[in-house]
Amino acid sequence: MTASAGDGLLVAVDSRIHRLPAQVKIVALFLFVLAVVATPAAVVWAFALYAVLLVGCVVLAKLPPATVMRRMAVETPFIVFALLLPFVATGPQIEVLGLSVSESGVFGAWNVLAKGTLGVVAAIVLSATTAPRELLAGLERLRLPSTLIAILSFMVRYLSVVSDDLHRMRIARESRGYTGGRAGHLKAVAAGVGALFVRSFERGERVHLAMQARGYTGRMPQLTHSGATRNQWLEGLAISLTAFAIAVAARVVGL
Amino acid sequence: MSGPSIQVERLVFAYPDGRQALFGVDFTVEPGERVALLGPNGAGKTTVVLHLNGILGSVTGGTGSGRIRIGGTDLHREHLAEIRRKVGLVFQDPDDQLFMPTVRDDVAFGPANLGLRGSELDDRVFEALSEVGMQDHADIAPHHLSFGQRRRVAVATVLAMRPEVLVLDEPSSNLDPASRRELADILSGLDVTLLMITHDLPYALQLCERSLLIDDGRIVADGKTRDLLADPDLLSAHRLELPYGFDPLSVSGPER
Repeated sequence: MTASAGDGLLVAVDSRIHRLPAQVKIVALFLFVLAVVATPAAVVWAFALYAVLLVGCVVLAKLPPATVMRRMAVETPFIVFALLLPFVATGPQIEVLGLSVSESGVFGAWNVLAKGTLGVVAAIVLSATTAPRELLAGLERLRLPSTLIAILSFMVRYLSVVSDDLHRMRIARESRGYTGGRAGHLKAVAAGVGALFVRSFERGERVHLAMQARGYTGRMPQLTHSGATRNQWLEGLAISLTAFAIAVAARVVGL
Repeated sequence: MSGPSIQVERLVFAYPDGRQALFGVDFTVEPGERVALLGPNGAGKTTVVLHLNGILGSVTGGTGSGRIRIGGTDLHREHLAEIRRKVGLVFQDPDDQLFMPTVRDDVAFGPANLGLRGSELDDRVFEALSEVGMQDHADIAPHHLSFGQRRRVAVATVLAMRPEVLVLDEPSSNLDPASRRELADILSGLDVTLLMITHDLPYALQLCERSLLIDDGRIVADGKTRDLLADPDLLSAHRLELPYGFDPLSVSGPER
């Protein structure tokens, strides 16, 4: 595939999941998360099945487990929030490991943790198997408005340019002897963000000129060339459909 | 529908803030000519170039007057798309020129705007990238390329539109000597009319037989590059300087 550049969060290996068209993976992720969220928190076995499905995905995509674990760090704020819940929620109290905590809080925490973790891992699988450009092409295929696609693609392209700008400004500041502690740093960064905005705005104007010079008339050309085949849709959606079946079963069967 | 590649008559322009940039610029470039546009900073070089495909000037609702013809076509609102295909503008900062997620998409942007699709578009992209020797880098993101490679891709994005006139804004700036020479090899091998803004006087001599010297919004000299560079009074009057030890009469140029 076109993964010659180690781009974004992509883990550049070749697997079945890497080869699926991006639009299939996006829809699959969306349906999977929908199924997970629709499952009552009390049906623990359903969540175990979801987890098994996801682990299967990670294995199939040949993603290194260590990388997946590391990327799960984005969930940390939610974990902190979930761990607080049992202590701050009200209602009947129960004993857990010698601590008296709120029963609804414990369930709330489990709810947030289980659904959050499953969603995060699913998103990690998508981002690690799809290059940013393909993701954009997939969204375009799914008929996201072309203006939004254009904004996203500029973001993908210029994020590194802007962060280089920021980095150079910090070096320039520090090489002129700027110290001034943590608060001082924040202040300098705030001032720097203003300058960065002006720089980026001016760059935007120059980019617009360059686009006009190449015949831009307000419509971005399509990035994608081909759609997904029926088999690719079936293959990609298999996991989501299984998840849906589990969700329905959990609703019907209950505990 | 032939005639001079570029014909500029009495071009006058003031920026919206009132600063007058051009005070009547006249020049003509014949097909196949290679012309360097020299001049100090702020002389109006880039302003002239941005007029050539109607980005600045009265065509797109700006201020100013004068007449521009490209390959026999008047620069007029109804011909704007045609003119922008004929005049390929390469900007100074390749990061401004390369705005798509991959090199391939970026080179395809211009021809796709011209209505090319499918395999025709792919062929055009491959052809343009081959001309600058970057065909193996089509799927790379522009920020993973070196500066010299980005400059070459920027040239390819414009070549993909098959322009009649290639206009470059400081093509040799910020390049290391090897990239500078590689770009010169590419440029001298292209079969187009070339107009090139540069501060790099040896580069002008190497690539362009003829030079225009512009200062304070006027053309102050128009002639053989070698003659212009060999005139120390002219150069010093317009803040131009040859590099240390460079003698324009002792090196070979494109005229041969």
